[in-house]
Amino acid sequence: MSSLSRDDVANLARLARIEMSEAELVSLSSEFTVILDAVARVQEVAGADVEPTSHPLPLRNVFRPDVVVASLTSGEALSGAPAQEESRFRVPQILGEE
Amino acid sequence: MAAQIASGQTSSVELTQAHLDRIESVDTDVHAFLFVDSQGALAQAAAVDAKRAAGEKLSPLAGVPLALKDVMTQKGIPTTAGSKILEGWRPPYDSTVVVNLKKNDIVILGKTNMDEFAMGSSTENSAYGPTHNPWDLTRIPGGSGGGSSAALAAFEAPLAIGTDTGGSIRQPAAVTGTVGVKPTYGGVSRFGLIAFSSSLDQAGPCARTVLDAALLHEAIAGHDPKDSTSINAPVPQVVNAAKSGDVKGMKIGVVKELNGEGYQSGVRTRFDESLELLAAAGAEIIEVSAPNFEYALAAYYLIAPSECSSNLARFDAMRYGLRVGDVDGASAESVMNLTREVGFGREVKRRIILGTYALSSGYYDAYYGSAQKVRTLITQDFNKAFEKCDVMVSPTCPTTAFKIGEKSNDPIAMYLNDIATIPVNMAGIGGMSLPAGLAPEDGLPVGFQIMAPAMQDQRMYLVGAALEAALLTKWGAPLLSLAPVLAGK
Amino acid sequence: MALTYDDVIAKYEPVLGLEVHVELNTKSKMFCGCSTIFGGEPNTQTCPVCLALPGALPTVNEKAIESTIKIGLALNCSIAPFSRFARKNYFYPDMPKNFQISQYDEPICVNGYVDVEIDTDEGPKVFRIEVERVHMEEDTGKSLHVGGATGRIHGAEYSLLDYNRAGIPLVEIVTKIVPGTGKYAPEVAKAYVAELRDILRSLGVSDVKMEQGSLRCDANVSLRLIGAQTLGTRSETKNVNSLRSVERAIRGEMIRHAELLNKGERVVQETRHFQEDSGLTRSGRSKEQAEDYRYFPEPDLIPVAPDASWIETLRAGLPERPSIHRKRLQEAWAVPDKEMAAMINADVLNIVEATVNLGADPTKARSWWLGEISRIANDKDVAITDLTITPGDVAEIVALVNTGELTDKLARQVIEGVIAGQGKPAAVIAARGIKVVNDDGALMAAIEKVCAEQPDTAEKIRNGHLPAAGALIGAVMKETKGQADAARVRALLLSHLGQGE
Repeated sequence: MSSLSRDDVANLARLARIEMSEAELVSLSSEFTVILDAVARVQEVAGADVEPTSHPLPLRNVFRPDVVVASLTSGEALSGAPAQEESRFRVPQILGEE
Repeated sequence: MAAQIASGQTSSVELTQAHLDRIESVDTDVHAFLFVDSQGALAQAAAVDAKRAAGEKLSPLAGVPLALKDVMTQKGIPTTAGSKILEGWRPPYDSTVVVNLKKNDIVILGKTNMDEFAMGSSTENSAYGPTHNPWDLTRIPGGSGGGSSAALAAFEAPLAIGTDTGGSIRQPAAVTGTVGVKPTYGGVSRFGLIAFSSSLDQAGPCARTVLDAALLHEAIAGHDPKDSTSINAPVPQVVNAAKSGDVKGMKIGVVKELNGEGYQSGVRTRFDESLELLAAAGAEIIEVSAPNFEYALAAYYLIAPSECSSNLARFDAMRYGLRVGDVDGASAESVMNLTREVGFGREVKRRIILGTYALSSGYYDAYYGSAQKVRTLITQDFNKAFEKCDVMVSPTCPTTAFKIGEKSNDPIAMYLNDIATIPVNMAGIGGMSLPAGLAPEDGLPVGFQIMAPAMQDQRMYLVGAALEAALLTKWGAPLLSLAPVLAGK
Repeated sequence: MALTYDDVIAKYEPVLGLEVHVELNTKSKMFCGCSTIFGGEPNTQTCPVCLALPGALPTVNEKAIESTIKIGLALNCSIAPFSRFARKNYFYPDMPKNFQISQYDEPICVNGYVDVEIDTDEGPKVFRIEVERVHMEEDTGKSLHVGGATGRIHGAEYSLLDYNRAGIPLVEIVTKIVPGTGKYAPEVAKAYVAELRDILRSLGVSDVKMEQGSLRCDANVSLRLIGAQTLGTRSETKNVNSLRSVERAIRGEMIRHAELLNKGERVVQETRHFQEDSGLTRSGRSKEQAEDYRYFPEPDLIPVAPDASWIETLRAGLPERPSIHRKRLQEAWAVPDKEMAAMINADVLNIVEATVNLGADPTKARSWWLGEISRIANDKDVAITDLTITPGDVAEIVALVNTGELTDKLARQVIEGVIAGQGKPAAVIAARGIKVVNDDGALMAAIEKVCAEQPDTAEKIRNGHLPAAGALIGAVMKETKGQADAARVRALLLSHLGQGE
């Protein structure tokens, strides 16, 4: 039985850095029960002897030579920046420890 | 059109201007475009005309205008991916697809509307309002690439680029009576394609005819060292295949699990009729089975959200895009949280949360891990079936275009639109949708889907061209000539 | 009352775990072609990929793969026939994608070891440190915290981000847990990091300068009662920027843990920061709740399956192991163990070797570098390698002393001049007019003058009181501006005063 409580959704929202309203948390929680039941079907058929695919193509060893390529100018790099100072991206105070 | 330009009957500037005028006239109703680059397009067109006048040898599509799905970056032009979180963002670089378009002197008219971050089947999830199906403006044009397909159907552009993760090129093509192709995964570079689900996303050609799609396919496909997942092999000879259309002796496999049970009756009618036409053209119709296809939808709705939850993490208000809540005392974390809450739409948030959950420790094996196993099973099904046939076919989607708003509150019902298209992305093979006619009960377009083994894209074009020719004979005129005339301005 | 280290090891035994990050010296970044040159103007070495612009895709640097395989081979690892990159998902402004491309359950190198030799009470002992894995990942950008008191993150008003370093290739070397070091834990850890550094340096894959951050060490320590089976709670210490700090940090953590445990308190599982000045650690991020990184295979990159013949070619090309190299030098130079250890500890072995390779006698080379030059470095509070003097300079000076053109005393002046930036030895000698006064005539003139000035002392010597000669010799040296050969002066003086042989 797969379901997500409102608190479960709140934890996930925190992990995903989305500030959800109470109403959103509650409604998502109820939607998920339906969705999760539907997608839990994969467990029916995914046996231990089946290899997972993470690439549709059987490629191996795709590398790039160690050669320097022209970078963007700092102007181009910062062109979308919501805030900048002295050619650096300016961001609000970071709470988490480095 | 290309021939006309080449022969000098018309110029690229004239052609481009005509399309810009058309857009001006009808797009208020259709809303296929998010941004029209009149100045840039006319400049590109003039440059092509000048090259031709100077006697330069140009590519087959040189000077022909095109509409670009707003999920591909184009330097200096607003690129939004249908989201508020990128409103106004102008990329400092071109996607490889755009580089290739420019190399071929194809004129880019503007950016087309889409479901936000390519998540959806109706273009109703766009943060900028839905696109309207030119066949019936109260109906959806399909999604996520509804803008590109609608632009084609409304004659706002003769060519378009779409992207397809679970059907987002093919399903809109089906419900708008146009042609849409998802090449083999890796056939077209994803560099500059704003990522939704990395192992499923693929850009592809959209057009009104199979040959036009083939010409566009050859223009944009090819190995790109900037995309490690791109195929390092020559582009398949799709133009030759589209010109040939000879299916004598080909084996066409009808997928038992996708043969239309529960689909709208008009969809089934047109599908069966198309099979008869192909048989008459010399192909052998056989039945094949793919028992794991019934799990494809479930697996997709675990894999795609998981990958997107990670791909969309970069939208955090720090380096580009929307920033909300940056007031005195706010922390970077709170600005991130608020911006993402306000900047992402409901469907996107839903999938991010679902994906975050599916990847969580303790749930990985049951969800994401299992879904990747289903992928293997689906690929094995395709491989087994392709031992018996050259291509596989199905109706592209279960219904014709539904009304705007009809399914937007029912996510599961919305997801079911992709039931026939998703297996193709899961296995990474190629898929095409072309118009099969109109459903008798509502007079709306129905799509016929052709699936080819990986790296055998030319087979889709072969069969598609054959069917297209047979249908043209049957109808007497292209399907789109039956579309309602858009009053426009 | 504070515990002593002896108190701690009497009751507890430490278990270590060491994670070392190495910055590779490739020309371009791990996943894009931006330059890795240090010190560029902010955000001038970025591109859509390392800025994580929408639509950008990573591509793997081949040289980085090669360097990582070489590292794995040098550490006696097996090279995985199949390995993959994985996404490590977490949000932080210095990490543009908000995930790091790293490796998770399929790293490129596994199961190796490094042997280190420590001087113990029972004589030299070899400890084997097992290496769990070696994997590749990318570095983050750099943030400047503005507005706070110390430029640190706490209390800062805002931060400024430079992504030039985002995407620099990093190799992470993780040990298995290391029990059984007993009281030598700090030395073993230091020796391990030093050995790693020497191996990496010999491979030429990194600058390995701890002070510059191209070699970073995180030290994990836990304690358990001697003889206990279960492991104690560990703490992780970061910001360990020198070999000496490795030793101090571990010693400090062992004492801190023991103090807590003796009081009946719990050790908190957390990340701590080493404080250079106090030698203590400060609490950082609590790791009580392990972060859920939601690892999954990186879909934008293709698995790595290195060709067996490529691996063998790299293996064949590996340089001599530093430990073998050291043994060879020790034999060739006939250096006693203690002196060898002194050179290794002072980190001058490479420099001495370079000097010997330029023709200097090993003993002389060693005594200059370990002696006078080390002393000057200590006085200036810099590393020996930061001084302006080169092995070539020292070799030249040793040669000049050999031919008698310099005395040891004069050589010291030349060394001091070279270090002060006055140029190469020849230039310093010319500029200061340094030369040995060999001319007996000049020496006799000075000797006679000094004897005339100090008749009483001269008289003492004539009467057989030889120690008094020192004062006169000193005076002669002064008279000749230190350029006389003191031994020659003594001989001449004694002879002059009737005491010669």
